[in-house]
Amino acid sequence: MAELHEQTLIELAAGLERGDFTSVEVTEALLARVEVHDQTLNAFVTVTGEQALAAARAADEARAAGNAGILNGLPLVHKDIFCTRDVLTTCGSRMLENFVSPYDATIVERLAAAGAVVLGKTNMDEFAMGSSNETSYFGPVKNPWHLECSPGGSSGGSAAAVAARMAPAATGTDTGGSIRQPAALTGTVGLKPTYGRVSRYGMIAFASSLDQAGVITRSSADAALLLGVMAGFDERDSTCIDHPVPDYTAALSQSLDGLRVGVVKQHFDEGLDEQTGAAVREALSVLEANGATLLEVDLPNIDLSVPTYYVVAPAECSSNLSRFDGVRFGHRAEDPEDLFDLYCRSRGEGFGAEVKRRIMTGTYALSAGYYDAYYLKAQQVRQLIADDFRQAFEKVDVIAGPTAPTPAFRLGDKTDDPITMYLNDIYTIGANLAGLPGISTPCGFVGGLPVGLHLVGPHWGEELLLRCAHNYEQLSTWHKACPGDFQ
Amino acid sequence: MSLDKEQVQQIAVLARLRLADDEFAETVDKLSRIVEFVDQLSQADTSGVVPMAHPLDVAQRLRADEVTETDDRNHVQENAPSTQDGLYLVPKVIE
Amino acid sequence: MSAWEVVIGLEIHTQLATKSKIFSGASTAYGAEPNTQACLVDLGYPGVLPVLNEEVVRMAAMFGLAVNATVAPRSVFARKNYFYPDLPKGYQISQYELPIVEHGELFITDADGNEKRIGITRAHLEEDAGKSTHEGLGQFSGIDLNRAGTPLLEIVSEPDLRSAQEAVAYMRKIHSIVRYLGISDGNMQEGSFRCDANVSVRPRGQEEFGTRTELKNLNSFRFVEKAINFEIERQIDVIEDGFDVVQETRLYDANKDETRSMRSKEEANDYRYFPDPDLLPVAIDAAYIEAVQQTLPELPDAKRRRFVDEYGIRADDADILTTSRSLADYYEDVAAATAAEAQGAANFIVGDLMGALNKAGLGIEDSPVSAAALAGLLDRIRDNTISGKIAKEVFEAMWAGEGSADEIIEAKGLKQITDASAIEAIVDKVIEANPGQVAEYRAGKDKLIGYFVGQVMKETGGKANPGQVNQILKQKLG
Repeated sequence: MAELHEQTLIELAAGLERGDFTSVEVTEALLARVEVHDQTLNAFVTVTGEQALAAARAADEARAAGNAGILNGLPLVHKDIFCTRDVLTTCGSRMLENFVSPYDATIVERLAAAGAVVLGKTNMDEFAMGSSNETSYFGPVKNPWHLECSPGGSSGGSAAAVAARMAPAATGTDTGGSIRQPAALTGTVGLKPTYGRVSRYGMIAFASSLDQAGVITRSSADAALLLGVMAGFDERDSTCIDHPVPDYTAALSQSLDGLRVGVVKQHFDEGLDEQTGAAVREALSVLEANGATLLEVDLPNIDLSVPTYYVVAPAECSSNLSRFDGVRFGHRAEDPEDLFDLYCRSRGEGFGAEVKRRIMTGTYALSAGYYDAYYLKAQQVRQLIADDFRQAFEKVDVIAGPTAPTPAFRLGDKTDDPITMYLNDIYTIGANLAGLPGISTPCGFVGGLPVGLHLVGPHWGEELLLRCAHNYEQLSTWHKACPGDFQ
Repeated sequence: MSLDKEQVQQIAVLARLRLADDEFAETVDKLSRIVEFVDQLSQADTSGVVPMAHPLDVAQRLRADEVTETDDRNHVQENAPSTQDGLYLVPKVIE
Repeated sequence: MSAWEVVIGLEIHTQLATKSKIFSGASTAYGAEPNTQACLVDLGYPGVLPVLNEEVVRMAAMFGLAVNATVAPRSVFARKNYFYPDLPKGYQISQYELPIVEHGELFITDADGNEKRIGITRAHLEEDAGKSTHEGLGQFSGIDLNRAGTPLLEIVSEPDLRSAQEAVAYMRKIHSIVRYLGISDGNMQEGSFRCDANVSVRPRGQEEFGTRTELKNLNSFRFVEKAINFEIERQIDVIEDGFDVVQETRLYDANKDETRSMRSKEEANDYRYFPDPDLLPVAIDAAYIEAVQQTLPELPDAKRRRFVDEYGIRADDADILTTSRSLADYYEDVAAATAAEAQGAANFIVGDLMGALNKAGLGIEDSPVSAAALAGLLDRIRDNTISGKIAKEVFEAMWAGEGSADEIIEAKGLKQITDASAIEAIVDKVIEANPGQVAEYRAGKDKLIGYFVGQVMKETGGKANPGQVNQILKQKLG
């Protein structure tokens, strides 16, 4: 039998069902690993050991009583952007350093109701604003494949925890690539569903029209399992759509036969690391050799996706983050002179540099005299980009390409120039602007660092993505690779 | 277009952010670079294009007019930095 | 005629009478302990989201139809961004470019008694803010967010109003409409109905508007009138003194009866409106509008016209009787139950009943004299059991809870004397006692008839039927 920490959710579920081990044993084994490895990796902000063991015991009892939920006794971790009742919820910020949420996010509630055991809350870029995990108030997360490299971001803690086998699965959020890019950089599977597929209630907002909750796992099959529990209508989120939730696991058994895979010319232009491009092309040929048809598609406005994003996302964030004013929760400056001083210093001290920059960018883009040139213009270009995708999906079932332009970069390498950092999300941002689902699955290594194959589908096309990624995983072993120091 | 110090100061006031001196200089520089970067949007021909505010073209769902919330003030105010008699305190506001 | 023309537009905020808030399931009940009706959504907690209350949409649509406006098939919520402690999210959810109601109108009666059309630019939905209190907290203010998220309909008029009186007439009309529709309790003391006024003056004949000021905090009809009149005088003085009116917000101080500038030490507001990404466009189709249309009650103007046509009462009485739906209902209940003339019933209600209600500070709903009871009283006037004068006495006793009109008339022996022989006896007595006056009367001083009637009434304690007394007197003095 494989060691408990090496097993995927589906393998653990089978073992628990057979009685090979208990949830308490799995939980203890993983908590012990966290204890050892997280000092190196810094993937966790909070470890909820006691609550996890209590939940594991309850899960074992439920199983004994014949009441096992679909995720009964299975461990996972939550990105620290999800509100968890009576547990610290920091969003990677000094602003919420001491914030104990009085309520559970919808997905936290749903996963718990299905029997999941939460090991802790993972580190992240502050308010999910970053692509390297370096903007976290709690320090950067290290990439388990190379400790001097970034695991990507903003869901870097979740990705590192799964890659280093401290947890078989993690939740994450993706506003411009924050699930898929860290998944690619850590050799894990990252799924960002269609906008409106999963409730945003209880997920601390960065950019409301782009944010979507998803998962990081070690297989597409595990992602399918979790998505089935998380997805679906929530009356507390007006933007969560009442659309039927299919059996995602059933979709995995379909072959690649007849699948039309679109390849975007611009995605292989300059800017893409040559070896990364080669790995992705190799993956595409595997798909083609096994029943898929490759077709070239054009997304003529895709080059404008990053500038569009860097108007829309900051505009929304500048407003979303106004609630952090030092009055009802969060950091409050000491001895304010007056109200204005209370606001300016509480926010000035509570937010880190990148968050402040984005708030200011957004404030500028919405301000009188600039609204039309920036915000309105960006919304129009967003429509053009969404149209490009709509047209492309008339010809193909999924669009495939690289997840990120390079493998993991060194911590500190891109912190000086915001634009270089922003361009990391060049292949992933389009899906957020158009509200489309995307998945990244490992497709090789460059210089010992993992790279990812990125698949984007039409609205509600999660089944297509999972089917395609799962088939690829059956034809490859990249997703099974474990970083050497974390065997 | 790059931003000058005065503009950045104005934005900081609007956004209620106090920036330390060194932070301020860096912000002027980086914000200018970001604004220059997003200026490429002006190249796009968007005449007649309907602005897109939401990724999905659906209408607002409505909630029944029912009281579903109960008082949780004491629990919720555990997060509040300063309260008295159930009120959130701020430096005196004069109208 | 003044050399200056006044231009006024009103923005009326009316609280919609829902059970729960516009975007959350917290109660809107007034007067709870601080922050006990402020749920996580109202507090702007991290991660929570707004979901729109269906009742506010229905109420706004009702209002739109009532003022002959367009109810938008698609309206959009936007965020108005600014920092203030009573605004927990740092933005107010409102409607900006695409409001739910546009292009409405209503009619008021102007100073010359003519009907005047006032345009309603728009009415949009938004959430209310919380409240700050300053007493007993030292150098602090305390924030109570119970009111945060209470649904408001902001009704914006065209700058069609030309005097403080017209502004008040318009405001009263809106007040009466929202109460007729049952979409607001219109309670001004509790802040459920408040008003801001945009006021400017221009030389008569000039086409372009003068610089306007916005008057805030006008929470009674009286204050609206006083504040606008003060502001008109102030602006004229400013201009006549050779200065310019400054575009600004001014606060009305009821104690000093003046408006004063609200000088903000902070920068000019830049609200950075943009569509709220947490809320989707509100879609209203024709079937929905048709269904709402079916539920519209008869509105004040229609009711007033009907009262004049159907009951034949005077227009000014109809105006008063239709100011509220419950008063109009009361009148109709009385009219249906009594054999008395409709105008007589109107006179009694507008005069005696409303006088008593106003004195006691009561609404018609709380009247101690029910419509049926009042009809009973009017019937006794009608059938000559009592005179109009005695009726006032009976009414006072009814108000005091002493019983029905019949019971009081019986118990107090107030029944009118209609027996001709009894009246004749008294008339004879009066003629005998006043020979001088009788002579004068017979010599042609007709006016003295009043004196004799008075004497007879005095003798009978007011109970003699005045008509009969007159007739018999004339006959005997003949």
